[in-house]
Amino acid sequence: MADDEVILLDFWASMFGMRVRVALAEKGVVYEYKEQDLRKDHKSQLLLEMNPVHHKIPVLIHNGRPVCESSNIVQYIDEVWNDKAPLLPSDLYQRAQARFWVDYIDKKLYEVGRKSWAADGEEKEAGKKELIENLKVLEGELGDKCFYGGDTFGYVDIALVTFYSWFHTYETFGNFSFEKECPNLMAWIRRCLKKESVSKSLPDSQKILDFAVFMKETYFTKSG
Amino acid sequence: MGDQEVKLFSLWASPFGKRVEIALKIKGIKYEYFEEDLSNKSSELLKYNPVHKKLPVLLHNGKPVCESLVILEYIDETWKSERSLLPEDPYARAMARFWAKFIDDKCIAAMWGARKNSEGQEEGIEELTEHLKTLENELKGKKFFGGDEIGLVDITADLIALWLGVLLELKGIELLTKEKFPRLCEWIDDYLDHQIIKETLPDRETYRDFLLKAKF
Repeated sequence: MADDEVILLDFWASMFGMRVRVALAEKGVVYEYKEQDLRKDHKSQLLLEMNPVHHKIPVLIHNGRPVCESSNIVQYIDEVWNDKAPLLPSDLYQRAQARFWVDYIDKKLYEVGRKSWAADGEEKEAGKKELIENLKVLEGELGDKCFYGGDTFGYVDIALVTFYSWFHTYETFGNFSFEKECPNLMAWIRRCLKKESVSKSLPDSQKILDFAVFMKETYFTKSG
Repeated sequence: MGDQEVKLFSLWASPFGKRVEIALKIKGIKYEYFEEDLSNKSSELLKYNPVHKKLPVLLHNGKPVCESLVILEYIDETWKSERSLLPEDPYARAMARFWAKFIDDKCIAAMWGARKNSEGQEEGIEELTEHLKTLENELKGKKFFGGDEIGLVDITADLIALWLGVLLELKGIELLTKEKFPRLCEWIDDYLDHQIIKETLPDRETYRDFLLKAKF
């Protein structure tokens, strides 16, 4: 794999982009990180070419060929760099369960999380409520396992842990505490953060909060 | 794999359930089918899919697998045979997964939009047109999305092949025509003509009547 060219088109605050960073770090893959401007009319030619369908990040460009959609990219990374740190379980039933839970995380957290800070009034409250509910479901699924993958950190852990970078933002806007609501989940987060692949891939929570405050004031606050 | 117990809980009218049946048939897997009544969800369903309480659910030796795309990959990996649903090459697999997700996330949302009456509908139709153009493009030089044989993406697109056509007909929307989407229409013909697809998908008339009665 020494001659592989690996480029990641990403946005620093994206929990989906972070997933790819964690996966690449787990596998020890050397890559070039290219920060993208996601504002409409500012997207790079490279991004538009590499993800013509969605124009979204993250995009992994491996030897010139793009792979899009973060959960897809992580599976691809696992299949290509299969010499170390397996991310998906080898047991086929456990693998199906892992895919099921990543699908759940993909569908059930981002939108409601976003509403809990970007929206106002009832919509914001509803977002917060559902976010906490869904994280509790995930906490239940973890049970008393060390990681979602069992003894080892894997696909589901990667898909979920990156949302941690936004927890401080959700808590601040929603005026609640994840430590109170989901203590076992927070313990799992702390275990994940001990891994360098995770701690080095997640941005500072305060920076994310500052970003959310800026976004809210600039784009999401109703004027007048 | 001879003495493995495979059960499928599904709905005859569900494109998601039909995907699983198509996959099981392609692989030649024997299974027991249980028709569910959505108005009276069986306790089995609630037990096997407590998270979403949705169909289809595949039960393999008593262990449930949920979400149609997850089930399709599980079937492909568990019953390895000459007839694969996904390609071997990791990049081709990533592409297949991308297109399956595109159909499931984007096309379904657009179909739901086109289903609305009045305002929402125009936007829905616009979005749907865009997505169909994308799929039309993807079919360039191929008989099926999977190449010469139907694969994961074709199976996922069962709702484009049958459900979309019926929905558009009932709403009086002329969109899926040979003039606008020649490749996609040819794909639909080839797909619906495939032996296993013919055996598995509901009859168009029956489905149309079902939708009419359901006041879709």
